[in-house]
Amino acid sequence: MKEKIDISAADLDDVLLVIRNNYGYDFSNYSRASLIRRVLRFMDTARIKTVYDLRFHLTNEPAFFAYFLQTITVNVTEMFRDPAFYHSLREKVLPKLAAYPIIKIWHAGCSSGEEVYSMCILLEEAGLLNRAVIYATDINPANIEKARSGIVPMHYMKDYTANYQQSGGKEDFSTYYTARYENALIRKDLRRNIVFSQHNLVTDQGFNEFQLVCCRNVLIYFNKTLQNHVFHLFYNSLPPMGYLALGMKESLLFTDLRDKFETVDATAKIFKRKK
Amino acid sequence: MPTSIDHIIVIGGSAGSLPVLLQVLENLPPNFSIPVIVVLHRLKNVASDLQGILASVQQTQKIKEPEDKEAIKRRHVYIAPQNYHLLVEADKTFSLDYSEPVHYSRPSIDVSFESVVRVFGPKTIAILLSGANQDGADGMEAVVAANGVAIAQSPETSEYPAMPVAAIEKNAKVKSMAPEKIVEYLHQLTVE
Ligand SMILES: C[S@@+](CC[C@H](N)C(=O)[O-])C[C@H]1O[C@@H](n2cnc3c(N)ncnc32)[C@H](O)[C@@H]1O
Repeated sequence: MKEKIDISAADLDDVLLVIRNNYGYDFSNYSRASLIRRVLRFMDTARIKTVYDLRFHLTNEPAFFAYFLQTITVNVTEMFRDPAFYHSLREKVLPKLAAYPIIKIWHAGCSSGEEVYSMCILLEEAGLLNRAVIYATDINPANIEKARSGIVPMHYMKDYTANYQQSGGKEDFSTYYTARYENALIRKDLRRNIVFSQHNLVTDQGFNEFQLVCCRNVLIYFNKTLQNHVFHLFYNSLPPMGYLALGMKESLLFTDLRDKFETVDATAKIFKRKK
Repeated sequence: MPTSIDHIIVIGGSAGSLPVLLQVLENLPPNFSIPVIVVLHRLKNVASDLQGILASVQQTQKIKEPEDKEAIKRRHVYIAPQNYHLLVEADKTFSLDYSEPVHYSRPSIDVSFESVVRVFGPKTIAILLSGANQDGADGMEAVVAANGVAIAQSPETSEYPAMPVAAIEKNAKVKSMAPEKIVEYLHQLTVE
């Protein structure tokens, strides 16, 4: 039987402090329940047996920290994940965005890019891609590298095609990528207006104003305090009537800004900044 | 009965578990106030009105899928939403998590059981129902290790016994109970 490693709340605090002091990343306001699972999972894959060893390696080996950072964030994503959300974007948001001469969109926490490619496809189909600039950011540099490559594992394409169709997509999905052995390469022209960069929602400032901020399934990893901080960041990055899209299980319930937004689609979790 | 949240019940089920879950919920005592968390394996992107089905047999408890960071309340039955793992924070609020499926499942029963027991320790009552895989066995072990109560539906009453059997074989302290016994057990909790 595999022996169980465990880590106490105080141990976790110590580890987070080591990271903050050495590398400036502050995970102290992340959801603990999920973070503990990630740390235990990391220790398991990296074959680290004790918290003492974990702290030792984190303190002394920057490359070890880079590996830690890569695995500690939850990077799972999909193209056209939650088809109902994309359907709502098509119907309720894109027609409004069409009024702007330049459409600026921010994907905060874009992971390996699948969500961004999906947005580009929607924009292309709505005839808006030419006028759009899509900023795709993530805390995890390994994710940004992947997202830049435009490569998606081929074996997911069947699921993504189904998602796309459920979202109201009418085109032949296979025209959006070229298959190369086990990889699918998303067409380069679809990606032409994406700007990738590393950005940490905990410590970095806003950097532009956007007609749409998409931050899906990132806030669930933050506690209420940090969620509120990020909502302020988004609020200040939106013009009046600018859109904010969250994950299906995320809400504005716990931010003091909840009255400053109106609901565009309650199930798809699309909101709009009031005047 | 305690006034603040003290105990918690967490029920995991997979194939063949829905009728038993309904039986258990339908027969909860009317004054039952311990929060209940339900983690059922469901098909991805297939809308199923689980909330409506549960509400049809149980009207005194509020039945809902929790929002992220929502506080756990008494007289509530919470359903783990599709495509997310459901976790519990030390301040007794929910957290959702979109990490990799565990045992091909998201929500995973192990993930919820382990997370609940981390917070509620010996005050955890975990119930594992019928299912055709191994999810829940590790979680039940964690419950037992924390001196919580771990109940598996008896294999002979389970439509798909693999899941309860895996939990029972993994740990001798898992109690095996027929659905009526589970109902009785929950009644006796209210009396205590
Ligand atoms: C589960 S993925 C969500 C991906 C995509 N938005 C979706 O919904 O499919 C969460 C992402 O949030 C990123 N993330 C976590 N903490 C962050 C932070 N402080 N700043 C920016 N991104 C962060 C992670 O690196 C990860 O890529």
